[in-house]
Amino acid sequence: MKLYHITNNNAKAVAIADIPVVEYVALYNDLKERMTDSRYHVAHYFATEIERGLKFYLIILDDTTGEVLITSFIPDYYAEGLASLTALHPQFHPFEREMNELYGIPFDSHPWLKPLRFPYDRRDKESTMDSYPFYTIDGDELHEVNVGPIHAGIIEPGAFRFICDGEQVLHLEIALGYQHRGVESEMLRNDNRLRHTLIAESTAGDTAVGHATAYAELTEKLANADIGDDLKRERMIAIELERIAMHLADTGALATDIGFQLYQVACEALRTVVINTTQAWCGNRFGKSLIRPMGTNHPLTEEKIALIRKNIADVRRRYNEVREDILEAPTLLARFEQCGLVPKSEMERIGGVGQAARASGLRRDIRATHPSGFYAEELKHEPILKHDGDVMSRLATRMDEVLQSADYIESTLAAYKPAGSIPAPDYKAKFQGDALAFSLIEGWRGEICHVALTDSEGRITKYKIKDPSVHNWLGLAIAVRSEGISDFPINNKSFNLSYCGHDL
Amino acid sequence: MLFGKAKILRSHGWQYIPNLDAVTLTEEFRGFPLLTATEDSADIEHAAAICPTGAITTKPLTLDLGKCLFCGECQKCAPKNIRFTNEHRLAATRREDLIVEVGQTAPKFDTTAIRPEIAKYFGKALQLREVSAGGDCSVEMELNATGNVNFDFGRYGVGFTASPRHADGLVLTGPISQNMAEALDICYNSIAEPKILVVCGSEAVSGGLYADSPAVDRSFLDKYHVDLWLPGAPTHPLCFIDGITRLRKKHKR
Ligand code: SF4
Repeated sequence: MKLYHITNNNAKAVAIADIPVVEYVALYNDLKERMTDSRYHVAHYFATEIERGLKFYLIILDDTTGEVLITSFIPDYYAEGLASLTALHPQFHPFEREMNELYGIPFDSHPWLKPLRFPYDRRDKESTMDSYPFYTIDGDELHEVNVGPIHAGIIEPGAFRFICDGEQVLHLEIALGYQHRGVESEMLRNDNRLRHTLIAESTAGDTAVGHATAYAELTEKLANADIGDDLKRERMIAIELERIAMHLADTGALATDIGFQLYQVACEALRTVVINTTQAWCGNRFGKSLIRPMGTNHPLTEEKIALIRKNIADVRRRYNEVREDILEAPTLLARFEQCGLVPKSEMERIGGVGQAARASGLRRDIRATHPSGFYAEELKHEPILKHDGDVMSRLATRMDEVLQSADYIESTLAAYKPAGSIPAPDYKAKFQGDALAFSLIEGWRGEICHVALTDSEGRITKYKIKDPSVHNWLGLAIAVRSEGISDFPINNKSFNLSYCGHDL
Repeated sequence: MLFGKAKILRSHGWQYIPNLDAVTLTEEFRGFPLLTATEDSADIEHAAAICPTGAITTKPLTLDLGKCLFCGECQKCAPKNIRFTNEHRLAATRREDLIVEVGQTAPKFDTTAIRPEIAKYFGKALQLREVSAGGDCSVEMELNATGNVNFDFGRYGVGFTASPRHADGLVLTGPISQNMAEALDICYNSIAEPKILVVCGSEAVSGGLYADSPAVDRSFLDKYHVDLWLPGAPTHPLCFIDGITRLRKKHKR
């Protein structure tokens, strides 16, 4: 029996009728083996309510061939439970936890089905933020440190509980959900697609461009639309600008946490140049309003191209000075090297993605493995890999990626004469009915995946968003094990994961 | 090595903006909107229908900055009726003053609504505790930016502090997620009187896209007096700086 429908990130939406509905046991047995190979990882896995029970959809990515494997199953209504995949492959944990929290599905032999984000529509209303079941260890020598939900700085809320032996962290558990706003259900409130685009932008405001592009590409697949080369090119520029801005922010934040003010202030100023460039392009420092379905309200002009090129060249030069000095700064290296190790094998187990995975030597980068848009056609992206999996590697990945993105922007814009052919956005295009559409975008944190299902009229009936943080939060918890608790801040900054993107 | 640092310093140059009140943002920036009524209301009805947060009323034509996310789409639909200027000073001391009317040429900032003790107690120094309750991280980053090398709001004695016990007020961001509602309340009540409450970002002011979401609980705002309302998605650092400056009656112009 055929287990998967095979497609890729450039294909149009998939007719639901083309997605096999398989026996869970057969799928389970296949995944048991398949997922031991790190070329595969889970991109999304969710359940949706159907007339009688639930239907599950699973999307697996093959990084080697660029194939996307989609399957579904409908467990027997009276079935007692499903054998847990997390028990075999920890990378399934957030997905199984989510489905347990929403629908009460008992995944058999799951190590611990903890709540994921306390959504308003969770099944067990008795389970609240305050009753999160933290792991504990008994012992006279141990103590617990509770941090949050409100943290010392101006950042989003989340609760961290450390179990420490003296200064050393034995275990960190991260309880999230404080930021839950009901993003996925607000996507279904009405069919105003401008509103949907803005919801996508606000999914994680520091990744406004990434999430809005994921929404736009998904809807373009549903509308069977080809958007033209210039729009693809301009979206690439926008995504890479966002990547540069956030990597600069994180370089500065890492410097702040070790009291290295020179790098901090230099990076603050450089990030300002980049986001002010984005503001001069579209009116918003975070690129909100820039990405729209099928077109744009802010096509690049000769003047704006010249401004971007000038500013990015300047930022590249000045940032490179910072980068070179960082690589020779013994006090910085002493803190960052060999701190917060996440070996490649661990990254594979937890399904790590994005810049953090690449810092551990795991080649996960949608721009190379599952490219769409400009990345698929023009740009032959080669991911930057580091191999130590420590704080320094995560910083070094960011530093090299800034230069790489700046080069992409420069080489692309140097050869770009806008023809003025990009249309205005279209919020009304007809969507394919009874279809599943997904989009995969490499945001600055990593892999963003949006999935939508439509009914026979082409109306979206289910919208699922996965921010890369969903995979990577566990990476942070692993990184700080056996480190001094005072090294938590630099580890946290080296990942810089999204709370709202996780909590939705 | 020292050479490297000298190079960074030289390239870094002089970053801070000497007069924060003299800045004019890029033409592209969408700030205060000018509204014009026309005989034909078809465009404006279209704009009101597409507005993702219902910020526009048609009869009479108004635009609520507290709901607006400054996406600019209404201006595309009704260019004769709505034109965004790059005026970033959008703060208001009363929620209703954020509703812009036809013919209004500048934001309303009613100084009579400012409690007199604010300038008295916080005129020299003001330390704030920020709480994000469902904020999307962009407003939070802009608040961080107010203290960076460019804006350096700290030079006027305004900063953010870790403990609510050390704070003179609270800055709220986000539509107030249910799961944060209690922590927000506890934090606010941990701040000693006298204190101020600043609501920052359109999502915090009105709930924004999440105004009707069942995952949001906005009862906090029914309970406490708000001293300053700051629209924006996110609120621009200069909008925050201008609002706080005028609230403390430090405004020069
Ligand atoms: S700019 Fe503001 S008022 Fe206009 S459509 Fe967007 S959110 Fe609505």
